[in-house]
Order: sequence, then C-alpha cells, then structure tokens
Amino acid sequence: MIRFILLQNRQGKTRLAKYYVPLEDSEKHKVEYEVHRLVVNRDAKFTNFVEFRTHKVIYRRYAGLFFSLCVDITDNELAYLECIHLFVEILDHFFSNVCELDLVFNFHKVYLILDEFILAGELQETSKRAIIERMGELEKLE
Amino acid sequence: MNPFSSGTRLRDMIRAIRACKTAAEERAVVRKECAAIRTSMNENDQDYRHRNLAKLMFIHMLGYPTHFGQMECLKLIASAGFPEKRIGYLGLMLLLDERQEVLMLVTNSLKQDLNHSNQYIVGLALCALGNICSAEMARDLAPEVERLLQFRDPNVRKKAALCTIRIIKKVPDLSENFINPAAALLKEKHHGVLITGIQLCTDLCKVSPEALEFLRKKHTDGLVKTLRDAVNSPYTPEYDISGIADPFLHIRLLKLLRVLGQGDADASDAMNDILAQVATKTESNKNAGNAILYECVETIMSIEDNGGLRVLAINILGRFLSNRDNNIRYVALNMLMKAITVDAQAVQRHRATILECVKDSDASIQKRALELVYVLVNETNVKPLTKELIDYLEVSDQEFKGELTAKICSIIEKFSPEKNWYIDQMLKVLNKAGNFVKDEVWHALIAVISSASDLHGYTVRALYKAFQTSSEQESLVRVAVWCIGEYGDMLVNNVGMLDIEDPITVTESDTVDVVKIAIKHHALDLTTKAMALIALLKLSSRFPSCSERIKDIIVQHKGSFVLELQQRSLEFNSIIEKHQNIRSALVERMPILDDATFSTRRAGSLPAAASTSSGASLNLPNGVAKPSAAPLVDLLDLSDDLPAPSSSGGDFLQDLLGIDLSPAPTQSGIGQIQKAGTDVLLDLLSIGTPVQSSSPTTDILSSSQNGKSPIATLDALSSPSSLSAQATSSARAVPMMDLLDGFGPSPLKPEDNGSVYPPLVAFQSSSLRITFNFSKQPGNPQTTLIQATFINLTPNVFTDFIFQAAVPKFLQLHLDPASSNILPASGNGSITQNLRVTNSQHGKKSLVMRARMSYKFDNKVTLEEGQINNFPKDLAS
Repeated sequence: MIRFILLQNRQGKTRLAKYYVPLEDSEKHKVEYEVHRLVVNRDAKFTNFVEFRTHKVIYRRYAGLFFSLCVDITDNELAYLECIHLFVEILDHFFSNVCELDLVFNFHKVYLILDEFILAGELQETSKRAIIERMGELEKLE
Repeated sequence: MNPFSSGTRLRDMIRAIRACKTAAEERAVVRKECAAIRTSMNENDQDYRHRNLAKLMFIHMLGYPTHFGQMECLKLIASAGFPEKRIGYLGLMLLLDERQEVLMLVTNSLKQDLNHSNQYIVGLALCALGNICSAEMARDLAPEVERLLQFRDPNVRKKAALCTIRIIKKVPDLSENFINPAAALLKEKHHGVLITGIQLCTDLCKVSPEALEFLRKKHTDGLVKTLRDAVNSPYTPEYDISGIADPFLHIRLLKLLRVLGQGDADASDAMNDILAQVATKTESNKNAGNAILYECVETIMSIEDNGGLRVLAINILGRFLSNRDNNIRYVALNMLMKAITVDAQAVQRHRATILECVKDSDASIQKRALELVYVLVNETNVKPLTKELIDYLEVSDQEFKGELTAKICSIIEKFSPEKNWYIDQMLKVLNKAGNFVKDEVWHALIAVISSASDLHGYTVRALYKAFQTSSEQESLVRVAVWCIGEYGDMLVNNVGMLDIEDPITVTESDTVDVVKIAIKHHALDLTTKAMALIALLKLSSRFPSCSERIKDIIVQHKGSFVLELQQRSLEFNSIIEKHQNIRSALVERMPILDDATFSTRRAGSLPAAASTSSGASLNLPNGVAKPSAAPLVDLLDLSDDLPAPSSSGGDFLQDLLGIDLSPAPTQSGIGQIQKAGTDVLLDLLSIGTPVQSSSPTTDILSSSQNGKSPIATLDALSSPSSLSAQATSSARAVPMMDLLDGFGPSPLKPEDNGSVYPPLVAFQSSSLRITFNFSKQPGNPQTTLIQATFINLTPNVFTDFIFQAAVPKFLQLHLDPASSNILPASGNGSITQNLRVTNSQHGKKSLVMRARMSYKFDNKVTLEEGQINNFPKDLAS
C-alpha cells in the first residue's frame, strides 16, 4: 500500500503531498524534509529505492522534479517505479508537455488527477486514456 | 463561477508568493492572504468560499497552519453544486485526517452524497471516504459502499472497491459483508474494476480467514484463467507499458494467487502451469517485464513446494543479479533473502556475485548484499568470505564502514574455527577500521587473547607490527597497548614463535616507544592514554633497563589537565620510586580470563555480577586481610535483622579495605589519600575505563558493578591466587598507607584527649589477648575511636596475623591497617590496629562487634572468634 506520495523540486519545495495514512502536520513536514534529503543527492545510476524508517521510498527524477512514493517494505518496487512513470505520462498528456510551473499553478488539478489514479493507497486505474477522458468529463461539470 | 479559470485571484496569490525573494517576505504575503481569507469567511461570503479554500490548500502545502479552514470544507461539501463539492472534498482530504473530530460532522453529507443521483458526486464522496475515513465512519457508511460495489457505472464500482479496502482495514469485522460482492468483481470485464476487485480480494484475504477460504475454494481456477487470458491476450495499446501488456493486472493477479496458494497444496497445484508460463514467457529486457517476473518469483517461492518451479525462479534471480540495472539487482538481493529459507544451496551458488554487490557504490545495494552475505556465511565458507569482506573494508565508504565492521566482527565471532584465526582476523579488522570497532568487540578480543596462552607472543608481535602502520586506529592502539603491557617481554625475546612468523628484532626501548607514541598521540582519547600509563607501569617492572625512561614519561603527566591521567601518573610514580619491593607483584600478568565466565558476565546478569565482584573484591590487598566471602556472611549474623549479603557485604568490604566512607571535614585529607590508595589498586586490576567519580564509595561500586564491561570482570575474576593476593602476600607487613606516604600527613591517630573511657579486654583466650582503648573526638559523640592491641600469650611467634571485625547495620566500622602482621611470642611485643565505629543509633543502642582472628604458627592456620558486647555503656550515651 502507498503510504504517501510526494512531488518535490530539487530545492525541496513540495509541489504535491498526498498522505494515505494520518500524520500530524509537523510530522508531515519532517517526512517531506527527510525524503528530500534522501533522494536529492543520489547518483543517477543508483537504485531508485531507499529505505525510509520502516518503509521504503521509490523515487524517480524527472528534470528538477522528484516523484517519491513511500510503500510497504514487501511491495513490488519495480511495479511502483512503473506507476510513477505512468502518472508522469498522464500529467504530461493532460498539460501537454508538463513543466513544474503547470503543477504549481494547477496544483488542485494535479490532486484531482491523482485521485482518479490512486485511491486509498492503491492503484485505481492504469489506463491513461480512461483517466484523461474522465478528467475531461469532470472539467465539463465545472 | 469557476474559481480557477476566471477570477485569477488564486493565480495572483501564487504569483505573489513566488515573487518573494526571502522567507520573511513570503511569510508576510501569506499572513496578509490568511487575514483576508478569515475576514471573507467571517462574512460568510458564498461566492469566494471555494476560491478561499483553494488558496488555503496552497498555503497549507507551503507548510503554514490552515486549521481555520476546516469548517469551510464542510460548508462547501454541504453545498449543492458539483464545483463547490469538488473543492470541498479536496480540502477535506488535504486539511483534515481521520483523527480530527470535525470529521464526524461530515458523515451525514457523505451519506447523502453516496446516495446522490449524480454519479460524479458519488465518485467524489467515495474518493474522500477511501482516503480519510475513520473506523466510525466505516461502520456508518459500509452499507452504502457495499451497495455501490454493484453500481452501474464502472467508475463508481472501482472507487467503491478501493474504498472497501480502507473500510475493512479500519473495521475487519465488516469484511464478512463484502466477501460476495468482492468475489463478484473478479468476473468483471471492465479492466479498472477488475484490477481494483483483485486488490480488494487480496486485502480481504489478509483480514478474514473465511474470505481466504472462500476465494481459495471458488475462485482459484477462475483467477488462473484470468491470468492465462492476460498472458495470451492480443496487443492492447491502452494497457501497454513500454511494450509489456498490462503489467499491473499481471502483478495483482500473481499477488492474489500467492495469497491463495500459500499453505494450500491444491491451490498451488492449480496455478503451477500458469506460473511456469509467466516465468518463461515474460520478456525481461524492460522494467515492466521484470516487475512481473519479480512478482512471479515471489509467488513461486511462497506457494507450496514445486521443485521445478523453484529452480526456474532461482535462475531468474540469478539473471537479475547479473543485470546491469541496479534496480534489478536490488530486487534480486531482496528476493534471495527470502529464497534462502527455501533453498540455501541454490543461493550459495550466487555467493560470488552477491559479494560483488557488497562492493557496489550504491548504499541500498550494499546494505542488502551485506545482509545477504551475513546469512550466507557458514562454517565451510567463513574463511574466504571473511577475507573478501576484510579486504573490502579498506576501500569502502566511510558511512558504510561502521555497518560492515559490525557484521564482519559478528561473523568472525560466530564462526571462528580456532583462536589463532580469530585473533588474526580481528587484528586485520582493527588495523583497517579500528575506529569503527565497538567496545564490546575489542573487550572480547582481549579476553580471547588472554585465554590463548600459546599465542601471547605471536599476538603481541603482530600488534607491534600493526601499530607501526595504523597508529591512528583507536581500538587497535588500545589492544596493542594492553598486550604490550602484559606481554612486552615476549615481544622483545621472541617468545613462543610460530612457524609462520619471521623473527623480528625489537628492543626494550622500541617497545616503550610504542606506548609513548600512544600516550602522546593527539587523536587518541583518555581511555587509551590511561591504558598506556598502566602498560608503562607494567613495562617498568618487565624492563628494568628502561625503568628510568618510563618514569620520565609517567612523570610528564603529573601536570596533566586531565584528572585521571594526573592521578595515575602520581600514583604510578610513587610505586616506581618508593615501592620497588612490591612493584613486580603488583604488575604481574593478568590472570587468564576463562571464556565461560566472560560470556556470562558479558550477558550482563547483574545479580551474578554483583556477587562475584563482591566476593572477588575481597581479595583486594588491604594489607590486613585475605578472607573469603563465606565467613564474611557468618560474621554478619550477629545483627538482629540479617541484611542481604550482597548489599551489606559491599559496605563491610569497604570497611575492611579501610576506605573512609564519611569524609568529615577534619578527615578529608586522609579521605583523599585513602581514595587514591584504593584507586591505585583498582586501577592496577583494571585495564581501562577511568573511574572519574569523586566519592571512593562509588568508585568501588561503579567499577565492581559494571557488569557490562569485561574490564571490570578482569579484576573480579582474580582468584585468591591471583595478582591481588600475591600482592598481599609479598607486601606482607607493608601497610597500605605506606604506599601513599609521599602524599600528605600520616594517617590520623586518635587524639590523646585523656582517654576518659576505661580500657577493655575485649577478647581473651589461652593464646591471645585483645585490649581496646577508647577515645572520642570532641563534637562527634557517635564515633568511637578504638585502638586495639593484640598480645600473643604463647611461646610461638604468630605470622600472618589478621584481625577481622563485623558489626550490625546500625554501626559503621572502619579499620585502619594493622601495625604489623607478625605477633612476637610471649607478650614480647604487640600489634596495634585502629578502628573507628560510628553508631547511627547513638544513645539508643550500644556497640557490639564480632571479631575473628587468624594467624599462623608451625605452618598451621588457627582461627579464633569472639563476640564483644561488653563495651563501656557510656560510649553509647
């Protein structure tokens, strides 16, 4: 199960933080700080997995952005790595050539996409097309 | 109406925040915004409510407090329109979690929305419920969710399935109701619903044995068929991930099959074929393909045994291990860790590759590989593996060295086939990573060295050589200095050469040089330097020719700013200068520490430690006594309420040792000296761990109760025949205080203030008479000073005369050393000894004492005992 999802830039600014387990605000800030420190200095050829407390963080870097998933220690790391990539592809599709600024100014939309992609810490939909279509339907209702 | 597309005020705020150059500026902007939002909220401004909340979410993400927006979420959720609800639910999930009580207020809105006619609103409510629902909400809303599992729109069904996972995790009791609807989802044609349904079933199996049983019986075959269809399905671009068809569905199916197959031979049997097919047919050149293979391997490892499949799985892991992608190697190491319980032999085959992974530059891989190597070590491969690991120790990263060192030490200790090898390997580790070795490891090493008497010479020579190259490795230096102190003569004389050794020429002066370097080295700490001083003292006796030089080095520390070093320096100097006669006995070799005792002490059983140490400490040379533990307890039996031997034994012991327990102002000078005297002895018996407390009482207790430190055990283990006893016997009549005569005034003599109390014949037998003379210090009526005079009534000379005394708990007894231990015959002379008794119940109880005398004539030891209760009454009033 996914414990939390973080999207941070290289400076450690949080661009998206979704927690599927309850944490105090102070604890959340600590987690965000620690995860950033863990992933930011790792060599590109290193594994995309780092142990974090009693869980592990699967992260992937896209330009200056780090996508990090904190998952259970027994979970399939490789699958979550694909999961991150799929999410990035969806964002890329939705914003057509996504960049950090899109995510900053449309942060609420990123959360909505995420809610169509992952729910209760589990994968909800793996079809890019289905999610984009769904987002379109929801936009029409605004 | 749309707050995001038209108004642009959210946009403006984000821009303003982004334009801030300093954190202070950003705080100012946020403060202003928050103030505006609060005002707007207070005015109950409908139009701006969702825009305000959107801004708050952004502010929240930056890390500012936004709890004041929680109620706004609830209001938005309760409003009718989809856009309001949407932002309300989003805010609810971000700003609140299941622990906030406010959440209770939203249950009703959620219930209405779950029953809403608009399926998009139902979707919003399900999403919020799935992400933040509490146990109470789960109970309240479970029926709605259950119904929605059969909703016509697949988007709602898949959301309901995942929402159910959260509900059954919060309230496992509810899982019963969900078994049937969940199982129905396994037959779904809609991809998203199928994938979430499988996930739901997997989680159901975890919380409910009935669900597991039901699904295993009814659905194993169906799931196998679904997986077969997925494997053989034609290309579908929609679910394709870099050329691999639908890996997420594969992985979820494999996971559920694993749960069903575990511990059930029939179910395992049913899935064998398809697992073999997945394992052989999946392409392994893409990450997605490897993710499937990885999941498949785990399933094969977990389900009931099928030899052929397992070979296939281990081979896949072998392929993973040689992959160039670090991620793949990482998961391989991870999985081999699980495989080792299934087939250790097969994992052993990959040992060489795994060992290479320990040397990888990626910390994640190193860590996994090291753990795996650690479990792979056994008696047959320990030697080559240890060699590899130690070789790598030299070049490994600093951050990794600590962990690596700990594992190597643990391996060496666990599997060492012989002491020689153990010592060799430990020396190598100390040489390369001495600064990372934990205290208990080098303590254990010293214990082993000490017990391997045929290797003493070899070890000290090896350490001498190692010191030349690695004098900055703290624990190496400590062990080297200890061994040189103990076995320095073997180093110089090449005693006990092994065949493999080349003879080396080391002069006595070279040996002293080593210790001198250790003491001067700026980077080494207090413990090491204190150990070095002891080594010097020992060498001063072993190498008479260097004695002067050693003295000079010791004397240099007289002015040390570190109290411990200064004190040792002064004490040792005094021993070298004034006490040639006892020095050699004082610095004899440590008694051999036997492994069994060492390991029990190390396990830290405190009661045992306390009793041994009190027993052993009795052997501390106090110049007067050499009693054993048992008679001590006997002596105590005159007290009305028998105290626990262990605790009062300690007190009593200190009395016997002549330690001043009550440092009254007038006696402080003596207290200091006596403390020093005790410390010398304690220190001589210990190899390190400077005791730095100020009170002599705690000195003794702390060093003797320090069960964890093997150092303390060394003194505790000195048997009656050991160092301390030898010191006593050779020191004979030399009273302890003499050792210290260079320091200050001579021991306190009772002031002759007219002896207002009559003398008392305390004990008389056919051979011995004891007379007590009493006096008191003015202003201190509780304390009675007693001068005991012993007179020999027989025509034989008594040697080894010892007087021991015990008092009940309310009294405190302090014995000064006796004037001699030889009692001339026929009253031609006497021994005197001063006692000090402090009565804590002065005025209520009178003094009482039990005494025991032992002496030798004609080589026979005679014991006499007596109880003294005829003390003058006025002593107690």
